[in-house]
Order: sequence, then structure tokens, then C-alpha cells
Amino acid sequence: MIDVKGLRKTFGDQEILKGIDAHIEKGEKIVIIGPSGSGKSTFIRCLNLMEIPTAGTITFDGKDITHLNSKEINMVRQRMGMVFQHFNLFPHLTVKKNITLAPVMLGLMSKEEASKKADELLERVGLPDKANEYPKQLSGGQKQRVAIARSLAMNPEVMLFDEPTSALDPEMVGEVLLLMKQLAEDGMTMVVVTHEMGFAREVASRVLFMADGNILEENTPDRFFTNPKNQRLKDFLSKVIS
Amino acid sequence: MDLMESIRQNFIDEDRWKYLFDGLMTTLLITLFAVLIGLALGFLVAIIRSTHLKTGKLTILDFFCKIYLAVIRGTPVVVQLLITYFVIFGSVDISKVLVAILAFGINSGAYVAEIVRGGIMSIDNGQFEAGRSLGLNYRQTMQRIIMPQALKTVLPALANEAIVLLKETSVAGYIAIADLTKGGDIIRSQTFSPFLPLISVALIYLVIVLFLTHMTGKLERRLAANDRR
Repeated sequence: MIDVKGLRKTFGDQEILKGIDAHIEKGEKIVIIGPSGSGKSTFIRCLNLMEIPTAGTITFDGKDITHLNSKEINMVRQRMGMVFQHFNLFPHLTVKKNITLAPVMLGLMSKEEASKKADELLERVGLPDKANEYPKQLSGGQKQRVAIARSLAMNPEVMLFDEPTSALDPEMVGEVLLLMKQLAEDGMTMVVVTHEMGFAREVASRVLFMADGNILEENTPDRFFTNPKNQRLKDFLSKVIS
Repeated sequence: MDLMESIRQNFIDEDRWKYLFDGLMTTLLITLFAVLIGLALGFLVAIIRSTHLKTGKLTILDFFCKIYLAVIRGTPVVVQLLITYFVIFGSVDISKVLVAILAFGINSGAYVAEIVRGGIMSIDNGQFEAGRSLGLNYRQTMQRIIMPQALKTVLPALANEAIVLLKETSVAGYIAIADLTKGGDIIRSQTFSPFLPLISVALIYLVIVLFLTHMTGKLERRLAANDRR
């Protein structure tokens, strides 16, 4: 579904991604781990062209998306949901408006359809009673669940999660991970940058280890965690799993 | 000469109060329309400049905006008024009030632009990214996500700019417009008693400014209450 070849990204004279190759099948759940500064966020942000790759190709559904005009980029983004570390809910809109804004504005749904969809999604993320509240009134975990609902409202084919639980208080991490797990079970294709090793072990179909702008190891979670081969990964795992 | 006599002489005789009243109307007229022009121009410039800062596009327009800002903010408003009247419209038969509205509007636009640009840039970039990640284009994201939030943050500053502008129009007399200030000065020159006319002028400005400041404070408190929601 997504095919990445020789992906490079530089900011100024700093090379963040140094030639990434990756393949993501429909329905797969890819979890990317690695130390901070390894380029994992930049990588996932390249997938929906929030960052424009410096070199290399990304093929989405058989089409190279690295040389699109801005209109075509918007079309690609409509098919890929993204969830951010800091939620980025729209504070001036109610929870429901947050969810319905994009599908209505882009002409994908009528107001009534979007409203119905929002109700369904809020039910699904366990917040049916929050439709008319504002983001400020929600806890961090609730905000992130609304952010996920907002992405899902576009009926995306892939969901990208950029450290979705890193900004949460510890007691709220669980509710977001649980929702992501349900999403995975429903068959959503997911790419997740996270530090949650338990989630990677339990949900991932493949785990990628990134460091210094490269993918150093890639394996099924079982082998990835029990039998890591790369020395950097061994060091990393020994530090994060205590 | 006692006070009553002075009041009679300065305001009642020959209907001199009309200089103040008509002058005030002129001042308010100039201020109102200059504020509208300033807002329109300021928003336009702010959107061009922040679009350039965010996307790197509109380089040429941004260049002209920068020149506009530098010139307007780097020269006194009286000089701008004089140039507008005597140079730009020097050979055109045009209403002085209209010239003043244009000059003050163009002047105010520069300050509004910087206020609004500051407001736009103060909105967390995550808001922008969230909009774009949903597939909204730049304009849609600006319109529905960034501007409503930016507007709310800059509203008090914009109200303040309008108050400043009201006072700045007091130099309209330089091109012989009979605004409030000039009205008081005319009375002074006729009665040779400066105290009452000029103090009256000052009081009228003060009352209007205090009223507007009070309303701005009210607005600010309402916005803040909104934020706590």
C-alpha cells in the first residue's frame, strides 16, 4: 500500500533521513521506535507530505506521491489520518465541530451526514456526552481520543500516529492505547511512532528500529524484542525495558 | 471677566459651540472610515506577510508590504497627511475630509498589519498542521482555523489602535480641516481666551477615549471568560 524507497530529508545542512526503505501492506500495523532525534517523526511526517522529501520516492496505492502539486497533496492527506503528540484540537470549536469541520468543508459529507458520523465516532471513542464541549474542558486522554475521532471522520485508509501518548499524564496513556488497539483490531492500516514498548509488542505486525536517520532493524515484535541483532537496538532495549 | 461671561462668550455668542460640535462630527467621521480602511488594508498586508513567512510564497508582494510598513511607520503621520494632500492629490479637486480619511486609513493599516500578523504568528503551528493533515488547503485552514483564533487574540489591540487613531486625527487641521481640535482653536482665535475652548476640546477627547477604553476592557474580560470555558 505504501512503498518507500531511498527516502532522504535534509533540513539546512542537517540530514535527518539518510535513505529509508520501507514497505507497508494494507492492514499492517507498523510501530517505529528509536531514540529521540533518530528521524522517526520526520519519517512519518513524510508519509503524508507534511514534510516534503528531499530525495527518494513514496508510492501510495501504486502512485508516486513525492512530485504532486498542492491540490494533489491535499487529496492524499484526505486519505491518511494523522494524530499528533499535542492533539492539536481546534480550541475555538466544539468537539463535534472539530470532527465535522474537514469532511463538511471538503464537500465529502453534508452537515447532517457529518453530524451523524461524529456521533458514531464519539460513541466509538467512548465520549458520546462530550459533543458540545470545548477541547479546554477535556482531559489529555479525552483530547487525544477526540483527535483520533477527528481523523477517522475522513474515513482514512491509513492512520499515522506521531507519539500519540508522549504528552499524556501516565494515567491517561491506557485509554488512548486501548482505542488504538481497537482500531488495529478493526483492520485499520497504522503507522505508529511511540515509546510504548508494550503496545509495540502486543499490536504491531512489524516493529522498526530507527537511529541516526536509518532503519537499523525491522522484525516481527516477537523476534524484535526477544532476539534483537543490531547492537544499537540491544543497547536501546536494555535502557527502555527495565 | 467671570466664568459665566467667558462661557457665554466662547460657546453661546455667534453659536460658537457649533465649531466644537461640527468639529467633533468631522473627527468621528474621519476616525470611523480611517479605521475601516486601516482594518481592510491591515488584514490584507498581514495575510500576505504571514503567508510569505509560512509558505515562502508571495515574495514580491511581501517585498512591497515591507516597504509600505517601513515608510508608514518610519515617518510622522502629519507629514504623510501633508504629502497626501499637497503632493498626491495636489492638482486634484478633492474633499479634504476624504484625503484625511485616506491618509489616516493608510497610516493605521500599517499598525493594524503588524498587530494582526503578530496574532496569526502567535497561533501554534500545530493548529496549522492539524488543518493541513486533514486535507484542508492553505486558504481553508487560514479561514476556518487560524484566523478565528488570531482575531480573538488581537481584538483588544485593534480596539486600542482605533483609540490611538482617534487622537491622531487631531492633526487634520494641518490641511485646514475643521475637526474637533481645529474647532476649539478657531474659537480661541476669535475670543482670545484660550482656556475654555482648549480645555473643552481636551475633555471631549478624554470622555470618548475613556468610554472606548472601558468598552475595550469589557471586551477583553469577555474574551478571557470565553477562554476559561
